Amino acid sequence: MAANTNPQSRRQFLLDMAKTACGVGMFGLGLGLYAKQARALPPMAIRPPGALPEPDFQGACIRCGMCVRDCPYDILELARPEDDLATGTPYFVARKIPCEMCEDIPCIKACPTGALDHKLTDINKAKMGLAALVDQETCLNFLGLRCDVCYRVCPVIDKAITLERTHNVRTTKHTMFLPTVHSEHCTGCGKCERSCVLEVAAIKVFPLHLAQGKLGSHYQMGWEEKEKAGQSLVAPEIEHEYNLPEGFKYEPGRGLSGEAVPPPATSPGAQPGVPQALHGDKL
Amino acid sequence: MSTDRNIGVDAVLAKGWLGAHKWLLLRRTSQLGILALFLLGPFAGIWIVKGNLAYSLTLDILPLADPYVLLQSLLAGHIPERLALIGVAIVIGFYVLVGGRSYCSWVCPVNMVTDSAAWLRRRFGIKSGARFSRRTRYWILAMTLILAGTTGTIAWEMLNPVSMLHRGLIFGLGTAWAIILTVFLFDLFVSPDGWCGHLCPVGAFYSLIGKASLLRVNAAQRAACNDCMDCFVVCPEPQVIKPALKGASKGLGPVINSAHCTNCGRCIDVCSKEVFGFGLRFINKADNNAPQGETAALGNRP
Repeated sequence: MAANTNPQSRRQFLLDMAKTACGVGMFGLGLGLYAKQARALPPMAIRPPGALPEPDFQGACIRCGMCVRDCPYDILELARPEDDLATGTPYFVARKIPCEMCEDIPCIKACPTGALDHKLTDINKAKMGLAALVDQETCLNFLGLRCDVCYRVCPVIDKAITLERTHNVRTTKHTMFLPTVHSEHCTGCGKCERSCVLEVAAIKVFPLHLAQGKLGSHYQMGWEEKEKAGQSLVAPEIEHEYNLPEGFKYEPGRGLSGEAVPPPATSPGAQPGVPQALHGDKL
Repeated sequence: MSTDRNIGVDAVLAKGWLGAHKWLLLRRTSQLGILALFLLGPFAGIWIVKGNLAYSLTLDILPLADPYVLLQSLLAGHIPERLALIGVAIVIGFYVLVGGRSYCSWVCPVNMVTDSAAWLRRRFGIKSGARFSRRTRYWILAMTLILAGTTGTIAWEMLNPVSMLHRGLIFGLGTAWAIILTVFLFDLFVSPDGWCGHLCPVGAFYSLIGKASLLRVNAAQRAACNDCMDCFVVCPEPQVIKPALKGASKGLGPVINSAHCTNCGRCIDVCSKEVFGFGLRFINKADNNAPQGETAALGNRP
């Protein structure tokens, strides 16, 4: 370095520096691209409760494994180099072993950096992922049976998963109880996926960005807007005119009322004098 | 080559085998002991230390955090919680006192890997090797910090052999062994002291912390040097020795002031004339008679 006054060695010095800079630059570019690829969480990997959204999490998690250590059920693992998520970061696979949703959330308390957000103190508000019944063709409840296992094991039963009743058109005389996930309450713990009785689970937990859709920000729900405004936004509300036989009245929510003056003979089973489309109480 | 095999023979004759390997043994005890403390939890259920070198909690009370990884996290846009900040402060304070790169030679598990490679190089007289600037590590350090800022992730941790080996031993190695083997073979065949002495940004970072560290190796008895060159051969950063050992005529003090010195103490071990010892950086008069009593005392304590 002292020989910088010599033009020969100054040239050498600059050349060496350029060489190093290029080498390191190329190495850095490779590493950067690799890091960029690993920024998206693969579908099967679920982060511990309170994890910041990817890739913020990968900037905050220092891969110390304290959450792994303080998990009383040994659920969490640190990713190894061959796993396809950022090396050293914690995750669990719901189908193997789901989160037990401890009330005191020890994994979050153990996190020294806040990669697991310390503001989350109610485990029921965790959003580790979101369950989705991805295969209606194999789900036993969708086939008309009463499996119900995912519903029964859900720690937030009747809120995160409900059984929605619907007519079984195959048998025509039974009800189907369809497991339905509600994103508002689902914590993504993975119990439903773990306990699905099928060989491959029909209900699966995915990272939020994979499981959830998003409405355009300009979308407005007419019925919500109406409620907010206290009245219809289309003013004045237009009265729908029904073209009914004489003596009949149709009110939304109440259905048809009134009496037919002359009972005309139509096909058996149909309510006399009423158009086919108006059977039942809803349109 | 035959001379290489005789490194330290004079020292063994003069001080006995134990005397000539004192610091090496202490260092291995420290490296393995720290590793053992971390492993006791997962393998024996005795939880003295939890975590790994990135962050650990000892006896549920003492937090220690790696300032390098937290700096990257900070550049990636995340401000850590209190415990990590306390841990960083303790670690920085400690290495400012004992020399940043003491981390490399007394704590880092990769040191044992690269030391083995260096030992095999000497043992089998492997002279081959690409020589490149030891400053490359600072370029890589800069690159990792820039990457943290531009990708918003701690990108270097995807590859870092230091944390990968340590984390791997504690939490499961996976294919991290391949990265460690690469480092070993690189040091053995491609470049002497290639990883720790030229490339590793962790060491580069810790060298910056320890730039003004209190504890330093010195050549207090440099007048006794018989030019056997053993210290130069065995030192992982041999460029740091010369100013202290041979600088008397230039008016340079006997303290090895370079931040690259890892305070490993191999030079102390391998010297038959007991030229080197540990001391404080301030006791550094060019006249090497005055301070020798105090400074040599640490290194020569039996």
